[in-house]
Amino acid sequence: MIEVNGISKRYGDTLAVDDLTFTIKPGIVTGFLGPNGAGKSTTMRLILGLDAPTSGTATVNGKRYRDLAAPLHEVGALLEARAVHTGRSGYNHLLALAQTHGIPRTRVGEVIELVGLGSVANKRVGGFSLGMGQRLGVAAALLGDPATVILDEPANGLDPEGIRWIRNLLKGLASEGRTVFLSSHLMSEMEQTAEHLIVIGRGRLIADTDVATFVSTASYGAPVRVRAAQPQALAAALTAGGGRSTTLDDGALQVFGLTTERIGEIAAAQQLVLHELTPGQVSLEEAFMSITKDSVDFQHADTLPTDATTPVGAGT
Amino acid sequence: MSATTVPTLPVRADTSGERVTLPRLIHSEWTKLWSLRSTRWSLFLAFLSQAGLGPLIALIEMSRWSHLSLQDRLTINPIDHSLGGWHLAQLAIAILAVMTITGEYHTGMIRSSLLAAPKRLPVLWAKLIVFCSVTLVLMLIAAFFGFLGGQAIFTEHHVNVALSAPHALRTVFGAALFTTMTGALCIALGTIVRRTAGGIALFVGVFFVLPGLIEILPSDTANGIHPYLPNNAGGGIAQAIQDPHMFSPWGGFLLFCGYTVVVIIIAARLLLQRDA
Repeated sequence: MIEVNGISKRYGDTLAVDDLTFTIKPGIVTGFLGPNGAGKSTTMRLILGLDAPTSGTATVNGKRYRDLAAPLHEVGALLEARAVHTGRSGYNHLLALAQTHGIPRTRVGEVIELVGLGSVANKRVGGFSLGMGQRLGVAAALLGDPATVILDEPANGLDPEGIRWIRNLLKGLASEGRTVFLSSHLMSEMEQTAEHLIVIGRGRLIADTDVATFVSTASYGAPVRVRAAQPQALAAALTAGGGRSTTLDDGALQVFGLTTERIGEIAAAQQLVLHELTPGQVSLEEAFMSITKDSVDFQHADTLPTDATTPVGAGT
Repeated sequence: MSATTVPTLPVRADTSGERVTLPRLIHSEWTKLWSLRSTRWSLFLAFLSQAGLGPLIALIEMSRWSHLSLQDRLTINPIDHSLGGWHLAQLAIAILAVMTITGEYHTGMIRSSLLAAPKRLPVLWAKLIVFCSVTLVLMLIAAFFGFLGGQAIFTEHHVNVALSAPHALRTVFGAALFTTMTGALCIALGTIVRRTAGGIALFVGVFFVLPGLIEILPSDTANGIHPYLPNNAGGGIAQAIQDPHMFSPWGGFLLFCGYTVVVIIIAARLLLQRDA
C-alpha cells in the first residue's frame, strides 16, 4: 500500500510535481502514465525518499520510506536511471545490498537465477547491455522479497521476450497480493499489464481510475459504427436527429455526434432494422493521447518552419 | 532459466530479523570496497609507496656514500628518510577516498545505497569506519616495513637507528595516522562535491597549492598562516625532525583532526538535506 498525500516538488522555478494525491492498493498492478517530463520519476523518487518533497507526504505501508527499519523487505524499487557501480560484478552488487539487511548469500543466487543472469553474474556491470542492466535492477528490487514493488520504466531496453517476461513477473507478484506500481510510456504494455491507472501531466493528477473506465471515458465522442438494412434511410434519420455520418467501404455507417443509445432510439422510432451497433472504442494509447494532449510539455509544432535552416523539432 | 518461463519467487522463511544495522552496513561497505579493481590498485600503490620508497632512498644514499659530503653524511635522517613514502601514499589514499563516494554518485550506485539505508548517515559512518580501518592497518604495516627495511639498509654505514630511538615509533604511527585521517577528510570532501574531479582538485588545492599561494603573502603574514594549513598541521606527526615554526606533532595532528571533523559534519548535513 502506497499513499501519496498532497505531495509537491519544486526544483527552482519548475513545479515538477503539483499537489498529487493517490493510493496504490495491493493485489493489482497499478500503472503510472504520463508524457515525458510529467513528473513520474520525480513522484517515485519522492515516495522512495531519494528526493524530499516541497510539501505533502508519501508513505509506504503507513510509514515514510526513510523510517522503514528494513526497507528492502518492504519496498523493492527499480529506478529509471542506472543505480549500479559499473566496476563491480552483478553478484557483488547484489551481495553488498543484501548484506545491509543481513539477507543470506543463497538469496542473492536465487534472484540472479530468477532474472536469468546466472551466466554473467560474475562479470563487471559496465559490460552489461541495457536489458541485462534492467534484469539486474529487477533482481535488486526482489532481493528482499518485498510486499511493495515500484518500477520506473521496467520495460526499457528489454526485447519483446524480456517484456513478456517482466509482464508475467509483475502479474505474478500482484497475484501474490503484493502492491505493484509501475510507470511506463508504452501504453500497449500498460494495457496488457495494469488493471488500475494513475495518469499525470505536468505534475498534476489527470486520472485515477481502472483501465476500462479510462478508455471508455476517452472514447466519449468517438464515432459509432452502425450497419443497417436500409443505410440511406438511417443516415437521413440520424442527420435529422443531429448526427453526422459517413459510409464506410463495407457499407457500414460511421456516426459522429450521437451516442449508441440515441442511435438505437432513432432507429426504433423510424422502425429501421440495425444489424450492428458498435460503440466507438479507442485504444489505451489513443485515450492517453487525447486526455493528456493539453499537458504535454513539448508539443510538436503542427507545421514545420518554412525556413530550411531552422532545425526540425524547434518546438512551439 | 529460459526467459519465457513464468518466473516465481522462491518463498523465504522468516525474515523478521533482517533489518538495517550499522554492523551490517559495515559488512556491505567492506564488500563494496574490495569488489572494485580501483580499490585494490590504489591500496597496493599506497602500500608500495609507504613500504618501499624509504628503503629505496636508503639504498640510494648508501650506494652513493663515497660521493656524499661530510655535511650530507651527518644530516642523513634515518627516520624520516625511511618513512618519506607517506607523501605518495597520502596522495593514493586521498584519491581512493574521494572515489569511494564520488564513484557512487557518478554511477548512480548512491541511489541503491540510500534505498537500502534511507537514514543515509549510517552509510557515511560505515564508509568512514571501513575505509579508515583498512587504511590504518595497511599503512601501519607498510610504515613498519619502510622503517625496518630502511634501517636494515642504513646499517651498512651505521647511520641506522632503533625503533626505540627518540621519535621513531611516534613517526611510524604518525605516518599511518596522518594518511588515514587524510582519507577520512577526503571521503567527506567527496560527499560534499559529489564529483571525482572536483573532489581531487579540492584535495590537491588545499594540501599542495594553498601552501604555495600563502608564500606570496608578506613573510610575517605567511608565517602566521603556515602552521594552520592542513598539510602542515597534520604532517608534523609523520616527521621526526620538526619545523620549529609549526605546531607540535600531536598538537598539530589534533588540529588536523578538528578540521576533518568539521568537514565530516558539513558532509553529513549535506547528505541528509540534498536530493540524491
